[in-house]
Amino acid sequence: MKAYLELVCPAGTPAALRAAVDAGADAVYCGFQDCTNARNYPGLNFDRHELKSGIAYAHARGCRVFVAVNTFARAGDFGPWQRAVDDAAALGADAIIVADLGVLDYAARTYPKLRLHLSVQAAAASAFAIRFYRETFGISRVILPRVLAVEEIAALIGQTDIEAEVFAFGSLGTMVEGRCYLSSYITGRSPSMDGVCAPAEHVSYQEEGNCLVSRLGEVVINRFGPHEPAAYPTPCKGRYLVHGRPIYLFEEPIGLNVIPLLAELKAAGVTALKIEGRQRSRAYVSKIVGTFRAILDSLAQGKPLPAEAAELAGVAEGGRETFGAYARGWR
Amino acid sequence: MSNPAKSRLTLGPILFHWPNPRRRDFYARIADEAPIDCVYLGEAVCSKRLPWFEEDLPEIAARLRRAGKEVIFSTPALITTEQEAAGIQALLDAGETIEINDLACLHWVRGKRFVSGPLINVFHERALDVLRNHGARRVNMPVELSAAQIATLARHNRTGETEVFAFGRQPLAISQRCYHARAHNLHKDNCQFVCGLDADGLEVSELSGRALFAVNGTQTLSHGFLVLLDELAELQAAGVSHFRLSPHTLDMVEVAGIYRAVLDGTCSAEEANARLAERIAPIPFINGYLHARAGREWQPARPST
Repeated sequence: MKAYLELVCPAGTPAALRAAVDAGADAVYCGFQDCTNARNYPGLNFDRHELKSGIAYAHARGCRVFVAVNTFARAGDFGPWQRAVDDAAALGADAIIVADLGVLDYAARTYPKLRLHLSVQAAAASAFAIRFYRETFGISRVILPRVLAVEEIAALIGQTDIEAEVFAFGSLGTMVEGRCYLSSYITGRSPSMDGVCAPAEHVSYQEEGNCLVSRLGEVVINRFGPHEPAAYPTPCKGRYLVHGRPIYLFEEPIGLNVIPLLAELKAAGVTALKIEGRQRSRAYVSKIVGTFRAILDSLAQGKPLPAEAAELAGVAEGGRETFGAYARGWR
Repeated sequence: MSNPAKSRLTLGPILFHWPNPRRRDFYARIADEAPIDCVYLGEAVCSKRLPWFEEDLPEIAARLRRAGKEVIFSTPALITTEQEAAGIQALLDAGETIEINDLACLHWVRGKRFVSGPLINVFHERALDVLRNHGARRVNMPVELSAAQIATLARHNRTGETEVFAFGRQPLAISQRCYHARAHNLHKDNCQFVCGLDADGLEVSELSGRALFAVNGTQTLSHGFLVLLDELAELQAAGVSHFRLSPHTLDMVEVAGIYRAVLDGTCSAEEANARLAERIAPIPFINGYLHARAGREWQPARPST
């Protein structure tokens, strides 16, 4: 059966990798345990030995492995990024996911046969940007920024003749990826160079009266009443005072779910769907990947959406969902 | 102090949506009175604003050039539409030098010399080399870098010109979503240009009441003003050649004079800080990124001995 859309799934740990493969992922993506990938959280990611085993496990079951080396190399310190590219290539990764001009340049020159996927962190939002990356570094695929509407995606694919991967489910960024400094402005650690947004060691929750106050460093990100679910204090999902009124100025704590738009995305020429969530549990990965597998298989056979599709509602961040920028009113 | 004659002051593009008369008056004074060497014109934040003032730009550019200033045209932080693309092509066709703020521009520059703007991610020497090989003649450092990282890049920068954002609210993020419109319960497609209501940005505070950000349409900036005066000598010594002042409604001619005096060594950084503080208080100064700290923090200079 020909895949309706390729299903690219998060593997934050070796256990999550096996769960995603077993649940029917067409590909998994993962990173090394350091600043070279954009989910550099304690307890996540792979050492070299784990990646070797993970690739063997996935390949034995017909699943591809993409390695994210998608942060920006720090001045005077190219070593970690060079090692990450070298090791991913040596261990047999099917592609590496890259954002930085310098890392792209190194990988393209050193491993001309290694597939390069342009990370969402590069935020290539136009056909012009994509053509630049394709002509300069020979990228095979672009992961599109989460700021485009479906009709823009269709236009862009039509103009570039490139594989496009889009985010389908999970956390939703509201800023152009790879160029957001809100977290480093508050904590001093850079999502772009350190690979971590709203690092856990800067997060605190405190009871104040009958409210729960979440902070990032010394900055109040939100205050929850007794009946409100408390969300993680990501700066772009915080509640702030504007004109004296508390509002979710940037975005609400809400998850992305594009299941109702899958046919439109397919028609737009999209190649692959990306499930966000390398920081999520094995059980979460198993459930989401299994459900998406069932949905995509049904659509491939021209059948209606299976009942499981509705079960994903409520699993998304904050228990609520949005189409994000894919639907125009978002802006 | 290392050869201050080589240090240039630049004036960044007006990031905010100012009415035309204010723009014209602003640039007239800059042309006549400000010790600024290079002026960036144009719209870097939201291309919906450009039609409001585009017609004035040739005359403003001519006047600035008659006053001996270099003029460079800034381009949008995020390019997605055909109109934005056409605008960049038109500038290049007219022989203008552009400042790129989205790498999509590299698709057009092809062999033409350009300036890499502060919104381009250049965190490492290899990235710098890629830009130079595509024709960069000057590279702006991202605002997130520390002084040590800037020094590493400036030493390596074979374009010969390294620019640092040295004054004004610090750009932190860009989006397709308009937060100004959102704060007024409007959509971007029918925004009514409410960003024009806040000539220095819309104040955004923590729930505790302490100001944190300033919103400017699709852009988020720091609330505090980045003020790099204590650090100028160190940055000059490290090879930074250009220092950028970002326009605000306070007297930018005076701000430029203060920076020029510190660069020339005719005014101490301490005195310059005090003069600026009179203009900016109660809004705080920030310089955290330069000192490898959180961007919103302020690192006071060590007491002089």
